[in-house]
Amino acid sequence: MVAHLVKLRFLILWNSLKKSPWQLVAVIIGALYGLGLLIAIIAGLIALGFAPLDVTRSVTVVAGAATVLGWIVLPLVASGIDQTVEPARLVTFPIPTNTLLLGLTVSGVLGVAGIVTSLAAFTTVATWAHYPLAAVAALVCAAIAVLTCVVGSRMITALSANLGSGRRFREARGLIVFVPIILLGPIILAVTEAAPAIVDVLPTVAAIVQWTPIGAAWAVPGSIAAGEYGAAGVQFLIALSTLVAFVVAWRFALVHALENPAHTAASKAGKGTLGFFGVFPGTPTGAVAARALTYWLRDPRYAQSLVTVPLIPIGLGFMANINGVQGVLNATGPIVALLLALSIYTDVSYDNTAFALHLQTGVRGAADRLGRVIALMVFAVPLTVVLTVGTVWFTDTWSVLPGLLGIAFGALLSGCAMSSVISGRFAFAVPLPGESPFKSPPGAGVGLTLSLFATWAGLTILVIPETVLAIIGFVTGNMIWGWASLLVALVLGGAMLVIGVRWGGAILDRRGPEMFALLQAKK
Amino acid sequence: MPQSEPNELAAPEPTPVPVASAPEHPPALEIHGLTKRFGQKTAVDNLDLVVPAGSFYGLVGPNGAGKTTTLSMATGLLRPDAGEIRTHGVDVWRNLLEAKRLVGVLSDGVRLFDRLTGVQLVTYAGLLSGMDRDVVVERTADLLQLLDLENAGGTLVVDYSAGMTKKIALACAMIHAPRLLVLDEPFESVDPVSSANIRDILDGFVKSGGTVIVSSHAMDLVQRMCDHVAIIAQGRVLAAGTTDEVRAGSSLEDRFVELVGGRRHGEGPEWLRTLSNSAS
Repeated sequence: MVAHLVKLRFLILWNSLKKSPWQLVAVIIGALYGLGLLIAIIAGLIALGFAPLDVTRSVTVVAGAATVLGWIVLPLVASGIDQTVEPARLVTFPIPTNTLLLGLTVSGVLGVAGIVTSLAAFTTVATWAHYPLAAVAALVCAAIAVLTCVVGSRMITALSANLGSGRRFREARGLIVFVPIILLGPIILAVTEAAPAIVDVLPTVAAIVQWTPIGAAWAVPGSIAAGEYGAAGVQFLIALSTLVAFVVAWRFALVHALENPAHTAASKAGKGTLGFFGVFPGTPTGAVAARALTYWLRDPRYAQSLVTVPLIPIGLGFMANINGVQGVLNATGPIVALLLALSIYTDVSYDNTAFALHLQTGVRGAADRLGRVIALMVFAVPLTVVLTVGTVWFTDTWSVLPGLLGIAFGALLSGCAMSSVISGRFAFAVPLPGESPFKSPPGAGVGLTLSLFATWAGLTILVIPETVLAIIGFVTGNMIWGWASLLVALVLGGAMLVIGVRWGGAILDRRGPEMFALLQAKK
Repeated sequence: MPQSEPNELAAPEPTPVPVASAPEHPPALEIHGLTKRFGQKTAVDNLDLVVPAGSFYGLVGPNGAGKTTTLSMATGLLRPDAGEIRTHGVDVWRNLLEAKRLVGVLSDGVRLFDRLTGVQLVTYAGLLSGMDRDVVVERTADLLQLLDLENAGGTLVVDYSAGMTKKIALACAMIHAPRLLVLDEPFESVDPVSSANIRDILDGFVKSGGTVIVSSHAMDLVQRMCDHVAIIAQGRVLAAGTTDEVRAGSSLEDRFVELVGGRRHGEGPEWLRTLSNSAS
């Protein structure tokens, strides 16, 4: 049975790859990247064996504890990343709970992340090779640590399945956790800034962490190497009882989750109210705009883009602080405009087969395109203006305002034009409706990234005129160039948008059924 | 766009067709030589079908017979490899827009914009067809009442049960008062009461001159409900005509099994019949 579950996991992975050779290529590229990373880690761990004992101890404990923590936190961040062997789907089969636990554990260890973690963990044996007794302990403790990782991760998944009451909880959690991920860049910058200080506190951190459930297993070999056998024994007990406690908690949570499947209390949105459908004009274009805007607020896949917006000035502010160049902050407006314009790039792919309604009702392609752009413009225009003016006020560089507005509106209008053409022509592998915004089919990232790069390149060419004018203005300090840039952006960008909507609409009118077939293939 | 009469509780009436199925009027749906291949597999194989205007037409066939593929092509969702399709005389693939105005579609296995409430979704479908908002609002209220969805109008469709989802999709298909309703599996997972209500609505629609095509696996239902029926298997029509002609004295189910074949005789394997070893 255990072998069965493990086999099932690989079968599902393999079958999902067989559907598209390009996906396979993408996965191979991803695997090579991971392999490179793994080799670097292993080399680092072996080299660490030659460092002074104190350093080796601190680094292994802290890095190990971070790994365990990562495993435990990951399911909270990225629900639904690995649903290949989801317990909920196995509930109808008569599998004894203990067998299920064992099967899920083994399939977790044999996953990509599990294999990488295992290889790295067992390399610590080589790290401690200079102390034979410690190396033996490392072997045992690495096994315990890896199991703690996998079981801890499964435990949190099962526990959170019990906590969450279905759809809305899941969606809210997905969005909240998104914030630190966006801020990862600034956080890393801040950490590297403080790196020298961290080296100083590392031993202190390690001294505390080695007595905690997440660090104990990694600390045992070090304690043995240092001859502190008593400490090693206690740490070993902590590590072992952590694993046992995790297993017990997981078993309990799993049984509870399987017996009480999550369900969502129906959400009311005010009976009989039309929402945005009563606000926009009662035309097909207006209806598309109302629908799209409703989705911007209700669908986490869109809301994710909105959450990003306030984080951009924060991130740029960090960079400005570190570089001491306040002007960096002024890039906020154009960047937000660009991101928003390209966020409707996968619009039809997000609709998935619901797009059938547009085909069945015979809505004109141009009306479809324009409606989606209008929904975006409703908040993108004020946001762009407010952010641009706000940052200029903050940095007190009013002379660059017109040029910045020129670049921002050029990016917004031309970007929407490109999105309008592309979103109705290509179906991208994006999270399906109702799925976590983070879930991506294996290898989808590469295809999407490549096409996005092409779009960025195209967009760069489209906004050359207003950008050049604006830059001349920034350099010369003569505001007239800035105003010229803004004028060109509005006229040229507006023209682009008209062309993009018409062209994209014509493509949809002509290729609607083919587009639908592409969407169905992604279902 | 036809304005809806202020009927107190009637389904949106189809655009009036002068005297149902008078000979000079073209059939509601006419398919000739329709073919569709997916790679090696021929899903629809040179299929011919005529659905007279004003008929209640049942389409039955085993799984994978090509029913959904045929209906997708007839409603402009899937481009045929070959063949001709006309609805009320309009060539569907030459005149997509005009054909779409005549047809209301309930597709099986297609998502809905389920982050909208029921009311919003039906309104959206109506507005997309180019209708006036006041008419849409009025008809939406009628339809929700007809389909017992009044209390669920403000609920997000994503939180609907399977049967409710079917019903709201049906409302979307009917909002623009089409002359032909194409319904793929409309009764799947709908409760008996709602199912009977839907049948009444469809009956009324047919009586007032509209045409309904339903695909279904429920033979009894089709036999009772439809005046015409076609049996489809492997992308071809095996039998078509009035329900009485097709079933030729026996029940539709027996006739279906006879034509399609594949019925196994026997009571299943030995181990499934004995209760003696069910202990473990």
